[in-house]
Amino acid sequence: MNLLKLSWKNLTNKPLNMLLSLVLFGLGVGLISLLLVLNDQLQEKFEKNLAGVDLVIGAKGSPLQLILSSMYHIDAPTGNIPIKAATPFLREGHPIIETSIPLSLGDSHRGFRVVGTEPEILDLYNARIAEGQMWGKTMEVVAGAAVADELALKIGDTFKSSHGFDQNEDLIHEDAESFIIVGILAPTGSVIDQLLLTRFSSPWAVHEHEHEDEEGHNHEEDDPDHEGHSHEDHDHEGHDHGDSEHRHDHSSGNAEPYPEDLLAYKDKQITSILVKFKGHNIQALNMQRAINENTEMQAATPAIEINRLYALMGTGTKALRWLAIVIIIVSGLSIFISLYSSLKERRYELALMRVMGASRGRLLALIILEGLLLAVLGYLLGMALSHGAMYLLADQMKETYQYTFSWTNFLVEEAYLLGGALLIGLVAALIPALQVQGMDISDTLADG
Amino acid sequence: MLKTENLGYAYAGSPPLRFPNIDCAKGEHWLVLGESGSGKTTLLHLLGGLLSPKEGRIVLGDTEMNQLSRSALDQFRGQHIGIIFQTAHFVQSLSVGDNLALAQSLAGMKVNRERIRELLSRLGLEHKLRSKPSQLSVGEKQRASIARAIINQPAVILADEPTSALDDSNCKQVIELLEEQAQAVDATLLVVTHDARLKDHISHQISID
Repeated sequence: MNLLKLSWKNLTNKPLNMLLSLVLFGLGVGLISLLLVLNDQLQEKFEKNLAGVDLVIGAKGSPLQLILSSMYHIDAPTGNIPIKAATPFLREGHPIIETSIPLSLGDSHRGFRVVGTEPEILDLYNARIAEGQMWGKTMEVVAGAAVADELALKIGDTFKSSHGFDQNEDLIHEDAESFIIVGILAPTGSVIDQLLLTRFSSPWAVHEHEHEDEEGHNHEEDDPDHEGHSHEDHDHEGHDHGDSEHRHDHSSGNAEPYPEDLLAYKDKQITSILVKFKGHNIQALNMQRAINENTEMQAATPAIEINRLYALMGTGTKALRWLAIVIIIVSGLSIFISLYSSLKERRYELALMRVMGASRGRLLALIILEGLLLAVLGYLLGMALSHGAMYLLADQMKETYQYTFSWTNFLVEEAYLLGGALLIGLVAALIPALQVQGMDISDTLADG
Repeated sequence: MLKTENLGYAYAGSPPLRFPNIDCAKGEHWLVLGESGSGKTTLLHLLGGLLSPKEGRIVLGDTEMNQLSRSALDQFRGQHIGIIFQTAHFVQSLSVGDNLALAQSLAGMKVNRERIRELLSRLGLEHKLRSKPSQLSVGEKQRASIARAIINQPAVILADEPTSALDDSNCKQVIELLEEQAQAVDATLLVVTHDARLKDHISHQISID
């Protein structure tokens, strides 16, 4: 009969007391662990998806919204910017810009965003084609690893995109040409895994086709939703190819409707530009202010906006952390009260154990072990609660934002949490244990 | 075997208690008689090493008990002295069998489940091996406490008023059982009581006033 077994038997002899202490302790530990895990994974996602981008240029509006929509793909874009205005930042050979990648957002397929862009976006996220090839023509798509996996996409599969980012069958561009999967990316663990990447011109083709169809059927119909979401001005006159040629070409799928470089379509629009500087000199630092003050566009620094987001989240996180600490203190008190009252009832039993040969030290160890056992069990319950909640949350986050969170990731801080839990168990058990140690056996037995 | 010399004890604010010398040989059965308040239980606690005498000495076998350190005395008590109280108390969270195993374990002895089963069987409690103490009748509890006192085959068994709360028939049964079990392990039995009914059962007697 070892002390551990005896402690366990003593605890389980009062299951309701034990359960109350465990649930309280588990809730406190679980809440702290959940905050730690969530914070860690959010930071990891945010930092990984920064991808070395120094500046994001887009339409005027909330800078945080611009960053969230263009870099993390979890918010609606602030609007569109004309290529004409964006040209200085997209042109090769800019003295301070190393890379600039245009993005056209606005459509999605079954909750995953379709992004019109340039092939260099792969370098930004260190992505590589695992299967198939890079897009060559308008409407060809390279799928991120998570999208391909989730939607079971294969090379050669086709789909029609939906207007906006919600999954709504009524918003599918039924009359537009289908996208075709030509490549699938290897997993990177970054946001690119969740995207359907295509040539910059594909979103224009979808919306122009739809517009043509609307014009063909009902010239007087006004679609405000479509207007609010236009990627372009629907004007083909600025292109080298004629209207009739365009219509026939992308319905047959053989010739390229937008054969020129992006900068050739000055009358069209994109959503934003991801910019990486050559170096962080004063000119680079001034560029953001110059854009914000002198153009119709806005520029935002991802690191600053994400820090602002952390600060916003920090207030809530702090409040929850304090709540968790209060719960843990209450649970520590509950363990203390539970042990204290149980020991009052068990005084005669403990005196009997002394009669049977138990030393004072052994009784001290027994009571402390009971406190520690409660703390360990509470900790395990807390871990189960926190990672269980993470499992549920991960599902919801995936459904809402297409972001994957892991419920199986354990942090070093959670091991420290075990240390904290053991300390609380020890402190809660110490006073009752010392009382038992100082107990007079003869008096206790005489009172019994 | 068990000897006391000039044993005395004093509670704070009370006149000192002095006890007659005891000299019990191995295997002998003794009765210590005295009225309530005479210091019987104090004597039993002194003999059991639960109280330290203010004066005098207690020798069990070759060991002078009041010379032992606290922890050595605890271990010595567990291995060589079995104590039975007027009211049988147990560790409530453990079964009867586990209470006996605990007595073995706390005395620093190896848990011997076979001996536990055999002893309970001898006392008619084999079927209560896995029962919780709360599921036992008063008589069963008293027998189980006898089993616990002799599980480690002690040199001395001390019984504090083991029959005071029992009717004549149960009184006879319990004292006979005690003597029988003490004899079985060749232990010295010392019964402290005010119950005059036991005078007919145990011939060696000491009175304390």
